[in-house]
Amino acid sequence: MSLKPKSNWELLKNGMFGENTIFRMAISLCPSIAVTNGLKNGVALGVSVVFVQTMVNITVSAMRKFIHPKIRIPIFMLVIAGYVTIIDMLMATYARQVYKEIGLYIQIIVAFASIFARAEVFASKNKVIPSFFDGFGMGIGFLLAMIVISFFRELLGKGELWGMSLVSGNPLLIMILPAGGFLAVGLLMGFFNWIDMKFYGGKGASGV
Amino acid sequence: MATEAKAHELIVSVSPHVRGKETVGRIMWTVNLSLLPAFVMAVYYFGPRAAYVTGLCILTAVLSEHIYQISLNRKTTIGDGSAFLTGLLLGLNLPASVPFYIPVIGSFIAIVITKLLFGGLGYNIFNPALIGRAFLLISFPKLMTIWTEPTARFVALDAKTTATPLGILKEGGLSQLMQVFGDKTELYMSLLSGNRAGSLGETSAIALLIGAAILLYRGYITWHIPLSFLATVGVIAWIFGGQGGLFTGDPVIHLISGGLLLGAFFMATDYVTCPTIRKGQVIFGIGCGAITMLIRLKGGFPEGVMFAILLMNCFAPLIDRGVKSEIFGAIKEQKK
Repeated sequence: MSLKPKSNWELLKNGMFGENTIFRMAISLCPSIAVTNGLKNGVALGVSVVFVQTMVNITVSAMRKFIHPKIRIPIFMLVIAGYVTIIDMLMATYARQVYKEIGLYIQIIVAFASIFARAEVFASKNKVIPSFFDGFGMGIGFLLAMIVISFFRELLGKGELWGMSLVSGNPLLIMILPAGGFLAVGLLMGFFNWIDMKFYGGKGASGV
Repeated sequence: MATEAKAHELIVSVSPHVRGKETVGRIMWTVNLSLLPAFVMAVYYFGPRAAYVTGLCILTAVLSEHIYQISLNRKTTIGDGSAFLTGLLLGLNLPASVPFYIPVIGSFIAIVITKLLFGGLGYNIFNPALIGRAFLLISFPKLMTIWTEPTARFVALDAKTTATPLGILKEGGLSQLMQVFGDKTELYMSLLSGNRAGSLGETSAIALLIGAAILLYRGYITWHIPLSFLATVGVIAWIFGGQGGLFTGDPVIHLISGGLLLGAFFMATDYVTCPTIRKGQVIFGIGCGAITMLIRLKGGFPEGVMFAILLMNCFAPLIDRGVKSEIFGAIKEQKK
């Protein structure tokens, strides 16, 4: 790790691949198993996380000079909860069907380790522009992971994609049950680690 | 000087100096052989399809192990018979009527995901064949519970479907089971000989007991796990299994129906996934029996042997740690 600050592009890539929330850091695994039984749900939660993560990083970074270090954690909490409430209400109004299924998990975004961690380690120490790229990259990384997991789970478990039936016959029902979630996350994590070892020498796709 | 020393030459080598004949391969192939009676009975009752299903399981298991290890530049271990055994056990755990893609998927999951991804033989946490079956049962709940009636003809073309004895017991109680089989002796005889619906290898209690006797005689398994497993099931069935109150249940029905004998003698005793200490093995068996009866009497499935063994597999290392004996001569740590 060099002390040289990373460029914005590097920050973006770091969030998407090098420190991917689910596959590299293995945090926020609860939604990655609970919500990914369908592509639609996975994308909905992923997009919400992109929004919350980016806005939290910007806000915390802009306020970093006014936040007293001793009470920073309650303040981060409040900022996150504020944005989660916004996305919660938006979704409840404009996307009833999806909200019915994953509404609970939207509210749980408040407790996501990834969002809190980025506010603490990055946004509270850096300027607004890098914080934006960091948060956006992290969010996109989460979204991509959700898409990959839910793609395989919906395809194998229901024979559908985005609610459209593709394959007839008997799907592997286990893949849309929680057990299948663990299987999918574990196998994909192994697969991405293998790619990392094979093509990037174990240093992460961003070369960090 | 060199030639002079030859007469009383000392050979220096690293221990062990005396080796037994037993190898992994020898044990595994003996276990395979001891399952032969059950396999023969399965083919006798369920027709050639039983042989196809089991054969396909074995073929997929051996092939997937071979391909996985060759493609990773490792030494292939299909010669030691453990992949063969996994395939055979999985095949004997399937109903006869399953479509042919089910054994293939199950064997692949059992070998690659349960065994090889964890590091191969000796490193797997769970019994591979049982994970394969659990995966299939959860994935295809309908296909995996279509039980064909045994025909005892070599050609089973249009087999009738029916429920397993435990399924009938769960749905309609003992009285309905009596209606189906006639009287109690006939029921026992059907259960012992294997003339009943069920998974391929689990039906014939006598064939399984013959295989178990071979293993016990050769010392490949000890009595600890099977006996404590079966005794727990029997006692709980006797106490809680009856409809007329406590201590009225019929332990024999529970003991010789379902997959209990197959599970207790051939799968719970898997060296890799059971505790290694004798005291621990008894605890393991009691746990298996208690969970089995909990599922059979109160759970949603008619049969619980598979889930019981899998659940206790998780606890095997913990049990081993709990019953570890003191090292001789070691001084106990003083508590302050």
